[in-house]
Amino acid sequence: MIRVVLPFHLRNLARVDGEVELEIAEPVTVCAVLDALEARYPVLRGTVRDHCTLKRRPFVRFFACKEDLSFEPPETPLPEAVVSGAEPFLIVGAMAGG
Amino acid sequence: MSKIRVLVGTKKGAFILTADGMRKNWKVSGPHFAGWEIYHVKGSPADPNRLYASQTSGWFGQIIQRSDDGGKTWNTPGSSTEELKSPDGFPKGESNKFVYEGEAGTHKWYDGSQHPWEFKRVWHVEPSLTDPDTAYAGVEDAAIFKTTDGGKTWKELSGLRKAKGNLWQPGAGGMAVHTILLDPKNEKRIYVAISAGGCFRTDDGGKTWKPITRGLKSNFELPDPDTEVGHCVHRIALHPSKPDVLFMQKHWDVLRSDNAGDQWNEVSGNLPTDFGFPIDVNFNEPETIYVVPITSDSLHYPPDGKLRVYRSKTGGNEWEPLTKGLPQKDCYVNVLRDAMAVDSLDSCGIYFGTTGGQVYCSANGGNSWNAIVRDLPAVYSVEVQTLR
Repeated sequence: MIRVVLPFHLRNLARVDGEVELEIAEPVTVCAVLDALEARYPVLRGTVRDHCTLKRRPFVRFFACKEDLSFEPPETPLPEAVVSGAEPFLIVGAMAGG
Repeated sequence: MSKIRVLVGTKKGAFILTADGMRKNWKVSGPHFAGWEIYHVKGSPADPNRLYASQTSGWFGQIIQRSDDGGKTWNTPGSSTEELKSPDGFPKGESNKFVYEGEAGTHKWYDGSQHPWEFKRVWHVEPSLTDPDTAYAGVEDAAIFKTTDGGKTWKELSGLRKAKGNLWQPGAGGMAVHTILLDPKNEKRIYVAISAGGCFRTDDGGKTWKPITRGLKSNFELPDPDTEVGHCVHRIALHPSKPDVLFMQKHWDVLRSDNAGDQWNEVSGNLPTDFGFPIDVNFNEPETIYVVPITSDSLHYPPDGKLRVYRSKTGGNEWEPLTKGLPQKDCYVNVLRDAMAVDSLDSCGIYFGTTGGQVYCSANGGNSWNAIVRDLPAVYSVEVQTLR
């Protein structure tokens, strides 16, 4: 079971509290996690990545196991600790003021 | 008794202000969509319980929200739990999908070069006058989209950008369709205003558009002050009983047209400054109009620190300041283009919101004002529903 931590505003949009758990077949990649997340919560489509190009939105970051995976290709396999559920996959709003 | 519902979009959420027809005792609901920028909230004239809201974020993009119960509950159209049960299959979650038709093309950029069209956000949602499921969205980068399924999907009326869109360019606030006016006597006629593209009209329901800028002069903003497109039109307004008469607050200048925009004439008259953003028309008096003069394009606050609405009962040229109840010293707020509205009670109510978070109401056509709220986030938009 993959654990996904959403940022505050996306938790509110999806109407979830705490972590989201997703069943994903291997290989577990960033793209596979986002596909599963958007299938479960269609309201999140377009909020993490662009509807058409599927590119990450500029001020969204992906973290796991203390690593920034934002700039890895979407098909990059996630760390074993994420696949096993020991560590969550974090979707984060980038730091910005205002 | 009639009720008033004021829909307020702010930098950090939406608020709904309600009162009876006396407009003295107000209830405040919100923030809805707390923390998000709410560019606009507007109700359907055909079904006042149907509201549309544009929710946007620099991080997470555009969301369209819809309420079917007057703002008590909200859903993103096409993504609700109920629709998971739809026989059409899994919901696609496309209510926030705004994709330009065909090749997106380019427009003029700040440095004069051509720049690709890129969707950023919805500035304004204009529900149909007759069908709650139909609405238009004015977006940045400037284009107009239409939904006919209650906001589940949006399709561009791409003819607008064919009206010399390659010559439009963003101002400091971006390049957006911020005003959409539907002609109540001709369902095929729609007006839009764009900063900084100008003013446009369609007479065929949105297939083709033409610039309606004859008479506009932008002496300090454009190299050719009489150019057909590129004017920074801040707002246009009409009265439903006389839809061929249009009023405009341009970057500089207040103007009117008596022939559906084919010719404009300046009516700034004795205004202390003719720079400003909103303009609106009294519901009961089609020749009574309101503006909020702002010092200049460099100083976006009222002249002399005095917040004054100016009213003309002659359709322009002759203006009087309305100050009773408004701060007359040390006031340096702005009033944005979508932040003024009127109700349709016998004694017309005028409403406006400020970048300082106040929403003011006059229940007597502007003679005196009261703050409904004083400490909201910066107000982006104000709309009013008169509920009978």
